[in-house]
Amino acid sequence: MTSPLQQKLRITGPVVVTANRLGDGAVIYRTDGGQWSTRLEQAAVVTTAAAATTLLAGATADDITAVGAYVAPVRQDADGALQPGNLREAIRHAGPTIALPGVI
Amino acid sequence: MYLYDDLDRTLVTERAAEFRDQVARRLSGELTEDEFKPLRLMNGIYLQLHAYMLRIAIPYGSLSSDQMRTLAHVARRYDRNYGHFTTRQNIQFNWIKLAELPDAMDDLARAGLHGMQTSGNCVRNITTDQWAGVAPDEIEDPRVWAEILRQHLTLHPEFSFLPRKFKIAVTAAAHDRAAIRVHDIGLRLHRNGAGEVGFEVVVGGGLGRTPFIGKTIKPFLPKRDVLSYVEAVLRTYNQFGRRDNIYKARIKILVHDLGAEAFAKEVDAEWQPIKDGPLALDPAVVAAVAGHFRYPGYETLSDNPPELAKARASDRRFGTWFANSVTNHKAPGYAIVTLSLKPEGGPPGDATAEQMDAIADLADRYSFGEIRVGHEQNLVLPHVAQRDLPAVWRALEALGLATPNIGLVSDIIACPGLDYCSLANTRSIPVAQELTRRFRDLDLAQSLGRLHINISGCINACGHHHVGHIGLLGVEKNGEEVFQVTIGGQADENAVLGTLIGPAVPYAQVADVVEDIVEAYLELRTRPDEIFLETVKRVGVEPFRERVYATR
Amino acid sequence: MRLVRAGRIVADQYVRVLDDAPIPEGVPVIVPAARFLADAEEILRREASTGVLWPNNRRIAELAPHLDRLALVALEFPNFKDGRGYSQARLLREQYGFHGELRATGNVLRDQFLFLFRAGFDAFEVVKDADAAVFAESVARYSVFYQPAGDRRIPALRARLQHPRTFATCERV
Repeated sequence: MTSPLQQKLRITGPVVVTANRLGDGAVIYRTDGGQWSTRLEQAAVVTTAAAATTLLAGATADDITAVGAYVAPVRQDADGALQPGNLREAIRHAGPTIALPGVI
Repeated sequence: MYLYDDLDRTLVTERAAEFRDQVARRLSGELTEDEFKPLRLMNGIYLQLHAYMLRIAIPYGSLSSDQMRTLAHVARRYDRNYGHFTTRQNIQFNWIKLAELPDAMDDLARAGLHGMQTSGNCVRNITTDQWAGVAPDEIEDPRVWAEILRQHLTLHPEFSFLPRKFKIAVTAAAHDRAAIRVHDIGLRLHRNGAGEVGFEVVVGGGLGRTPFIGKTIKPFLPKRDVLSYVEAVLRTYNQFGRRDNIYKARIKILVHDLGAEAFAKEVDAEWQPIKDGPLALDPAVVAAVAGHFRYPGYETLSDNPPELAKARASDRRFGTWFANSVTNHKAPGYAIVTLSLKPEGGPPGDATAEQMDAIADLADRYSFGEIRVGHEQNLVLPHVAQRDLPAVWRALEALGLATPNIGLVSDIIACPGLDYCSLANTRSIPVAQELTRRFRDLDLAQSLGRLHINISGCINACGHHHVGHIGLLGVEKNGEEVFQVTIGGQADENAVLGTLIGPAVPYAQVADVVEDIVEAYLELRTRPDEIFLETVKRVGVEPFRERVYATR
Repeated sequence: MRLVRAGRIVADQYVRVLDDAPIPEGVPVIVPAARFLADAEEILRREASTGVLWPNNRRIAELAPHLDRLALVALEFPNFKDGRGYSQARLLREQYGFHGELRATGNVLRDQFLFLFRAGFDAFEVVKDADAAVFAESVARYSVFYQPAGDRRIPALRARLQHPRTFATCERV
């Protein structure tokens, strides 16, 4: 998947803003209240380029909490729950698709 | 093994202290991410999909048992109990927390380990072949020269902000196991017509978006001049490499744009004023570095001792492993043992903390405390007495490190891919895992002979797919994972890039495609010992293309 | 911006001359490269000190004929990641033997101080006040240097020859 960090903001569906937490690199999502959550269901969802730009600007300015913020697609499943919108985001959300070797 | 002295240790400790301060200033907000990122990269810290990744340098692939134990400790204490050995002889940990990194760096520094310059636009880990110092076909130990260069280029004030990363490889054998022709600088120690030993200097090789085989700009450089000449190449690159476009910033582009001759002239113009200055290597300086290398006190032993002969005669499985994973050593009665990190269904190149500790113990007991990391993502015990081979094998079997597939179809080289890496287009590990399952039959793998599969999850080519006998490159198309397939690549002294066989194939079909290629090979080869690469050279790509795309 | 020389924040004696502005008499000046080269002989007849602001994409060789009459050369770092100025500095100091003030300008930040210092710079136009205040501490961070550079510290390769070293033991974690 092309790195989203190089994308121009072209919104074709619902999106969220996501980044990595500075201290430990965990995947986080920007919330409506201008905070961050590790839980996708708490992410602020926007549907226009203007709204995404605003959301992203606020996220990017929060350099002390989050690193590398960008706009990522989401979709709603049959129950209306938020799901990652592509394979890259699915992997970021759920972790590697393979079993990790160190699990005892 | 190179033994650190107090100077080496002090530098690493000072570096760890500086990094602790930089992390603190980042966490407090005094440094922005933009200011901090090159600093953390210069200590080997990436930000990946799920977490930070720490890449620790294993200089020219040489590791002591105590260092291996320290890596196991880092895996347990700061990560998730495993590490990944890379195609540049380094190790990577995928779950590191930035806030804990200063402590991890201190722990590493106490073992003489660090992440210096394993990333960033500086000179990276200088690699050589994993059999350096013990292979019979070497004229001398290339690691001494790798170490001299490593020191010279560590925290070099002029070359810490190059246009892009810079990779150097050294070989001293007739057969190039270090892939020097696909590095920014490749150095080949050899004897000239007059019997003198010196370097062939190859510049501008590299894989990635625009792969090139390097050009020889200096057929024979006396040893005395290697530091000043490398300095001249770097000074030329630092001044004239492109900085406007990161995809055109490697030295290979500069060499290609100027032409090898004009480039060599530029280097020479930089070199002449400095060749007789402080960088001219006098033998005393070389001897001082060489003197820090400890070589084993080999016993006087004979080849094929009774313990070995008996095991070979009586144990078929031992015999299979011996034939595959054990190679000749320059000292009689000794052997080089390769540990396969490519078990069936396993992620290539990974080892658990438990395995690392056990390997350290085996190294102490059977290999004079030394381990090597190969760019094929396997490990090596370089000094095993032949009489100990049966015991070593049993121990490795118990650890899952004795799959007799070295150099075979299931000895796959793969980058971490989209499961970990933020640059990736596709996953690569699951493809490798599936292929090891398809080719789990060791008799089949044996009969196929030497066959290198290389998998890269994106064009950055960390899996070296361009030089794979079969190369798989992950590409994204309409949100789907697809793979371009190349065949006929080679990384050694006859380095050549693979040829695309046709349109990209979907993820779900990649393993089938590889099976089709292998089936075609079996039908096309004229003798059992004609390896895949030779068949491709003989018949070309077309028969394989036909087979693969007949039903697709 | 703070000017640091000899490890301390100092007042800048030099006046930066913009491309078309007249060059003031009686004060030290820094003149942009193109302007300087167009009129070098005339400019160098000044009594007060003259310096040149040299871009990082021009060869130092072009400036060489004038170095013995220049009091200062300022080299540029448009971004701290652009390392061309380091090569220019070393060439100036080590091959052309320039002894005047060698000033780093542009995106000059704390974590590059030691590299700059070792490359031969002796004056630094530092972007952040906080960085300027810790200059002396920053360049004292390391006591071991592997390679010879313009600062004439003894590199490790040579130090080993002067007296034998002790070997470090690996501490078991």
